[in-house]
Amino acid sequence: MGGTSTVTPVARSSFLLHVEKESGQRIMDCYQCGKCTAGCPAAASVDITPRQVMRAIQLGLVDEVLDSSMIWLCLSCQTCTARCPCLIDIARVMESLRLIASREGRAKEKDVALFHRLFLRSVEASGRLWELGLGGFYNLSSGHPLANVGLLPSLLMKGKLEVLPHQNKVTQAAVKRIFERASRLESK
Amino acid sequence: MTQKAYSYYPGCSLSSTAREYDVSTRLVFKNLGLDLQELADWNCCGASAAKGTNHLLGLALPGRVLQQAEEKSLPLTTPCPECYSRLRFAAHEMKDESVRRQVSEVLEKDLQNNVVVEPTLKIIWEYEGDLHLKKSLAGLKAVAYYGCLFVRPKAVADFDDEENPRSMDDIVARLGVEMLDWSFRSECCGAYLSIPKPEVAYRLVYRILRGAKQVGAECVVVACPLCQANLDTRQKTVEARYKESMGLPIIYFTQLMGLAMGYSPEELLLDKHLTDPLPLLRSKGLA
Repeated sequence: MGGTSTVTPVARSSFLLHVEKESGQRIMDCYQCGKCTAGCPAAASVDITPRQVMRAIQLGLVDEVLDSSMIWLCLSCQTCTARCPCLIDIARVMESLRLIASREGRAKEKDVALFHRLFLRSVEASGRLWELGLGGFYNLSSGHPLANVGLLPSLLMKGKLEVLPHQNKVTQAAVKRIFERASRLESK
Repeated sequence: MTQKAYSYYPGCSLSSTAREYDVSTRLVFKNLGLDLQELADWNCCGASAAKGTNHLLGLALPGRVLQQAEEKSLPLTTPCPECYSRLRFAAHEMKDESVRRQVSEVLEKDLQNNVVVEPTLKIIWEYEGDLHLKKSLAGLKAVAYYGCLFVRPKAVADFDDEENPRSMDDIVARLGVEMLDWSFRSECCGAYLSIPKPEVAYRLVYRILRGAKQVGAECVVVACPLCQANLDTRQKTVEARYKESMGLPIIYFTQLMGLAMGYSPEELLLDKHLTDPLPLLRSKGLA
């Protein structure tokens, strides 16, 4: 025993560096304990688990990661982040991977990506989310025209859905400008 | 004595699917002598959609709400854990001066990032005065279901325990309700995936409802509009899918507080839920 052994550093792929920069997380710290996956509510429904995503990033396996369903079915519940013994914010890594995949036009779970887009479009249009509109536009654009329509009569009858989007010119104008300026500054 | 006042940010769900959470929260605060001043012209926090699409947008949308609250110089409160999480996260990220400057640039206003953000759940939990209760809810057995974002991650939400939160249990126990111990307090309900990927959410909703049933709960007490919507509106589908009857009303903790404070079920919009809580409340002589 002694301090003489040397460790050959693994070559860091440009993908690994990209994910580290985007997320601000030290991906190489992950030693594959699997606590993230044990607590993940989506793990039973995905192709590769959070632990496998972390390993795949370390190995520079771009397609396995960016074309995985995991990055889209991550619920941002933060359980992995809360439990990681290496203090890696894994939910943040998943979020960064969604951002990278989106920029490249990749989305294994197209319906989830569509839902996020329509959610934002609704917010951009009126400044607040219009839940009934989001549901309607989602059904029309996703090819699932009958999704959730069974719930509609009781939700409407109980007055749980706003029939029209929020009308407030101040909010609307301010939020439109935030969208414009944020996308301009983010692309810089 | 001057009333303690807060800037109030209800968020989008509370003016729509979760109207009863908004109404009951306002009644409870009024009864406690705490003043909620709703922000004018507030906007959506961006929820999960903004942060995963454009990181800066995900900070600037809650940033505008923080900026509105700064102008009023009052602490900011919201009942919604998603809104709370986005506001706290933006404030947390803006401790980095360069991020604060970037968000200010988007908003074209210099954000100080000095406003206190607390959820209504925490304010009520820490309230030490008299709750002005008119009747006891003794005889009712419930579990408290917190969901994710009131307790995680610690760097953002830091008022209750991450794995075994107590705040809602403590509050509802003060009303006389028997709060049962269970394992699903802070498990995820499937959140927005109930729309684009319902089968993921059904599985999670089933596990939570079954967990509540197994310990003998008669209802589930919640503090999140999305948790409430998933456990309530998906319950019938889940019962059919897993061939198991649940019949568990999903009630906001503020609705139970309102009931104990003497408000009627109608005033608290307890008739708005899909799994009707009124038969249970009537059987206990509470409605």
